Amino acid sequence: MSQTTANPFEPPRSALSLRRQIATILVVVVSGLFALLAVAFLFYLIWYVTQQGSAYLNLDFFTQTPAPIGGTGGGVVTAIVGSVLVVGQASLIGIPLGLLTGIYLSEIGRGTFASAVRFLVDMLTGIPSIIFGLFIWILVVVPSHSFSGIAGAFALAIIMIPTVTRASEEVLRLVPHELREASAALGATSSRTILRVVLPAARNGIVTGIFLAIARVAGETAPLLMTAFGTPFFNTNLARPIDMLPLRIFNFTLSPYDAQIHQAYTGSFVLMLLVILASLAIRWATGGFRRQA
Amino acid sequence: MALLVSTVAAATQQRGRLWWKQVRLLAKRPGDLTFRILTLVMVWVVLLVVVGVASVLLISSWPTIQTFGLSYLSNEAFDPIHDIYGVRPALFGTFVTSAFALVFAVPLGIGTALFLVEFCPRALRGPLAFLIDALAAIPSVVIGLWGFLAFAPWLQKTGEPWLQHYLGWLPFFQGTPRGLGLLAAGCVLTVMILPIMTSISREVLSTVPVEQREGLLALGATRWEVIRTVLLPYGRVGIAGAAILALGRALGETIAVTLVIGNQAAPPSANLFNTGYTLASVIANQFGEATPGLFMAAVLEAGLLLLLITLLTNILARLLLARLGGQKARGGLL
Repeated sequence: MSQTTANPFEPPRSALSLRRQIATILVVVVSGLFALLAVAFLFYLIWYVTQQGSAYLNLDFFTQTPAPIGGTGGGVVTAIVGSVLVVGQASLIGIPLGLLTGIYLSEIGRGTFASAVRFLVDMLTGIPSIIFGLFIWILVVVPSHSFSGIAGAFALAIIMIPTVTRASEEVLRLVPHELREASAALGATSSRTILRVVLPAARNGIVTGIFLAIARVAGETAPLLMTAFGTPFFNTNLARPIDMLPLRIFNFTLSPYDAQIHQAYTGSFVLMLLVILASLAIRWATGGFRRQA
Repeated sequence: MALLVSTVAAATQQRGRLWWKQVRLLAKRPGDLTFRILTLVMVWVVLLVVVGVASVLLISSWPTIQTFGLSYLSNEAFDPIHDIYGVRPALFGTFVTSAFALVFAVPLGIGTALFLVEFCPRALRGPLAFLIDALAAIPSVVIGLWGFLAFAPWLQKTGEPWLQHYLGWLPFFQGTPRGLGLLAAGCVLTVMILPIMTSISREVLSTVPVEQREGLLALGATRWEVIRTVLLPYGRVGIAGAAILALGRALGETIAVTLVIGNQAAPPSANLFNTGYTLASVIANQFGEATPGLFMAAVLEAGLLLLLITLLTNILARLLLARLGGQKARGGLL
């Protein structure tokens, strides 16, 4: 007989009924659409801010102080300098606190106390940033009768702590135990082991965590409303109100003047560019896209 | 009794001796001692900050807690003229906008996570996940700017009239389209919590043992049947945790919501075209005018309330995500 014999391993046609196949196809299409929607929104947002903001991007934007109300031109050099100063000061406070807490959790702390610390640091992540603004406001701004850059730095430092702590704890735990043992066997004391062996081994991960924290607070606005407050004048004195890029965007967004709204777009464009470049750099530093998959 | 006392005493002594021995050992190595003290000081500073936030807010909002008690929750507004303060409209606005965001972000997030885990070509998976996480990195003031200058005007001209025309029989879409309002705030929040919802659901779904899926596929199940009978039931608890974590983010979001919600209380109704405000936006709007005394305490009590609500949601989420372990279980780094 020349007729082909049926493959005994082939499932009967009815096994994959049309309905079951359609259900699967439907799920693929719908979930794919959802994923597409999220990505499309991101690209739309980038396109929108770029298209509105890049037209007004010029040298003046980075070098001039804000124009008087109603005027055109001018720039936001006050806000850029203020952002750098306050975020820098916040890093000086927040990074040592976060890093040493991370070292404590990974290398030194044991038992209930360490668990309590870990729990409270985790809780810090979930607290809305405006609460920290309120905290610093009542603790620093109200008693000193003045908004100030340093108050803003305190608030931002608190926000940085959990990110730095958790990143460094997580990375330090990945350092092989043999390294610590080898170092101890060579006669190194425990602090020397941590500082000279464990920390260098985890350096890349820790730096990534620090950059993540800085990128996060650089765009933070809510706690700055009640701490750094903002000012249209050039100021580098952290004891006085200081202008910052997110604050300037916030104030210009609500402005009735076209010139200021344009600058709000340009400021958003600059801020978004910085954040996206930072996340790309972090992703690149942590091993490219492939390791994620 | 005497035996018990002596046992306890001996144990304490031994513990004391051990502890003493450690201290003496450390004293021989001043470097270790300094380092240890330095770390412990930092840890205590961090602890003091966490405990300090709660206690400072509690102490400084004590005047209003004492004056109004529970009626603070039901009073209508911040009224400095009559010195009466309350957050009912703020609580209403907070919960309506967050619930709205959750209703849309949960299915969107689960769908996106399913696509990333199950269907997405391997080469696309990393970049897609990166792009969705990048959405979380966009500063909220930028999303607020888009919401205020582009989305709200669009809602007023096109979106809300369209909803009213086709879905006007629902109680949600009544009255004059204003653009700014609960609907705009809900949409903005949806976008803002979608990344965390997606990224944690993805993590939850990828913890499902491969053997489970392979077993079911070998039995002839389709991909959808694997999802329905293995992935979703297995990930149910974790996905609930992700949703509650996302809820916590939505409850506390300040800047973007303040820009688009209108900041004017309307009588409570299901109407999403109404303007309103949230706990966070009331703080952002009122702190500037707060004069020392009851007014200032009222603003701080709004903060205390927000702190308590977000702490509760976060603890609940953490319990649900506990079995995941690692970064994501602790809320991710987003």
